[in-house]
Amino acid sequence: MIKKANRKPEERNQHMYSETEILKDTTTITANGTEGKLVINVGPQHPATHGVLHLVITLNGETIEKVEPHLGYIHRSIEKMCESLSYRQFIYVTSRMDYLSAHMNNHACSMTVEKALQIEVPTRAQYIRVLMSELTRIASHELWWGALAMDLGAFTPFFYAFRERETINDIMEQTCGARLTMNYMVPGGVMADIHPSFQQKVKDFIKLFKSNIDEYDELVTGNVIFQARMKGVGYLSKEDAISYGCTGPVARGSGLNCDIRKIYPYEIYNQVQFNEILETAGDCFARYSVRIREMKESIKIIEQLVDNIPEGEFQAKTKAVLKLPKGEFYTRVETARGELGVYIVSEGGTTPYRIKFRSPGFSNLSALEHMVKGSKLGDLMATMGTLDLVIPDIDR
Amino acid sequence: MTNEEVKEFVSGIHPSASFDETGEWLNINIEALEWKRLSRVLRNPPFNFDYLFCLTCIDWKTFMTVVYHMSSTIHRHTIVIKAKVDREDPKIETASDIWRTAEFHEREVYDLFGVRFVNHPDLRRLILTDDFEGYPLRKDFDDPINMIKL
Repeated sequence: MIKKANRKPEERNQHMYSETEILKDTTTITANGTEGKLVINVGPQHPATHGVLHLVITLNGETIEKVEPHLGYIHRSIEKMCESLSYRQFIYVTSRMDYLSAHMNNHACSMTVEKALQIEVPTRAQYIRVLMSELTRIASHELWWGALAMDLGAFTPFFYAFRERETINDIMEQTCGARLTMNYMVPGGVMADIHPSFQQKVKDFIKLFKSNIDEYDELVTGNVIFQARMKGVGYLSKEDAISYGCTGPVARGSGLNCDIRKIYPYEIYNQVQFNEILETAGDCFARYSVRIREMKESIKIIEQLVDNIPEGEFQAKTKAVLKLPKGEFYTRVETARGELGVYIVSEGGTTPYRIKFRSPGFSNLSALEHMVKGSKLGDLMATMGTLDLVIPDIDR
Repeated sequence: MTNEEVKEFVSGIHPSASFDETGEWLNINIEALEWKRLSRVLRNPPFNFDYLFCLTCIDWKTFMTVVYHMSSTIHRHTIVIKAKVDREDPKIETASDIWRTAEFHEREVYDLFGVRFVNHPDLRRLILTDDFEGYPLRKDFDDPINMIKL
C-alpha cells in the first residue's frame, strides 16, 4: 500500500488509463450497431437533470461521443393553449414555464401587451417590477448555486442557499400571495400594491445577504476539488455561443455582451447603475463566477431602488377586455437564464392568433452536445449544472 | 446599418421580395426557394446577421410562413425574414449549417408544424413521440381526448 501511495503522479495516471482500457474492452455492448460503445440513459428521472430531461449518451470508455437530448416529458403545449386564452389570462400560464423566473416571464408578456396597446406604466409599478425581477434573479441563482454544488457532491451548500432564498420567498408571499408562481405582473402594472413592510423586509434581506455571500466563496468557490471539476471543463467559445443562440450567464461566461437590461433597456433599467458581468474563459468556472457576481449586481440595483419607490398608482387604468391591434409584437427581457422573447401575432381579436416563447433554456441546451463532446462523463454533470436548465422552460 | 441598406441589397438579389416596416423591425417577405441564397448572404459581411434568436412558424390556414428573427452582434440591427411555404407540402432549406441553433429550432418546427427542412442533419421529432399523428400547432389540429384548446 505504501508503495502505491509513493508512486509518481504520471504512473498513477497510467494506471488509471489502463483501467479505462479494461473498461472499454469489457463493455462491448452492441447498440445501434456501434460495437465497443456504451449507450446510457441519463434521465428522465435523474437527480442531476433537475427535472424530466432525458439524455441518451454514447460513451467510448468514459469519453462522451454523442449526447442526444429527448424532450417533451413535460410538454404542455403552452403556445397552443395561449391561442384560446385572452390577453389577461395567458400571462398566468407563463409562470409555469421557467418557474424560477416567474416574475420575468409575466413581465415579458405584460410588456408585449403594453407595447401593442401603448399603455403607459406608472413609475411606481416600474420600480416594483424591477425590484421583484431582481429579487427573483437572486432567488433563482441561489437555487442554482445550491443545486450545482449538490451535483458535484457537496450537500451542505444547498442549505446555505435555501437560507437566503427562503427570505426572498417570504417577501414574495407577503406581497404577491405566492412563493413560486407569483402571477403578480399584469398589463398596466402590478396586480396589488406592495405590502407595508415590503421595504423593511427587503432591507433586512440585503443585510443578511451581504453578510452571507462571502460564505459562498469560502465554502465552494475556493474549494480545490470544486475548481478542478470546473476549470477548463465544458468550454464554449464566443463564436459558438453566438451561433448556438446562447444567452444569459452562459453566453456572458464566454465574453458575449448579451444582457438585455443593458443592450435594450426596458422599464427603469437605464436609470440604475449596474455592471454587465463578463468572463472570457468560457468554461464552467467562468459561468459560475458570472452568476455569483450577478447576484451582487442585483443587490446593487435593489439598494438603489428600494428607498426611492415613488408614490402613485401601481396599475394604469386599462379596459376590462384587451383587444390587440392587428400586427406582430416582440418583446424580450433578461430572465435569470437569459433572453426570453415573447412573439405575439395578432389578428385584432381578444386572443392571440399565434404566440411563441423564445425560451433561453432551449437554445442553451442545444449547445450542450458541443460543450461536452470528447470530455468525461463526470464533466457532463458540471456542464449541465452551469447551463442552469429548467426543463418546463425548455419543453413549454 | 439601416433598413434602407438591407432593403436595397435584398431587392438586388431577389426583386420579388416585399418589405414591411409597419412593425418594430424590417420584415422581409420571401418565397421558400429564395431562402437558401438569402440566408448565406445575410450571415456574411457586410450585414453579419450572426445571431438567429428566434425561429418559428405561423399557420395561415392556406399557407404557412417560417419566421426568422435575426440580429447582428456587431451592428445591433434586427430584421425579420418571413419565408412563405406551401401548406400541403411544406419544405424549406435548412439554416442549421449557418446558425447552429437552427438545428434544434427546426426540429421543433418540424415536430409541431410538419415543415420539412431540406438537408437538415437530423430531422426527427423533438418533443412529441415518434408515432404521434398530426401537427399540434397547426390551426386545424384538434385532439378531443387531450384537449389543448379551451
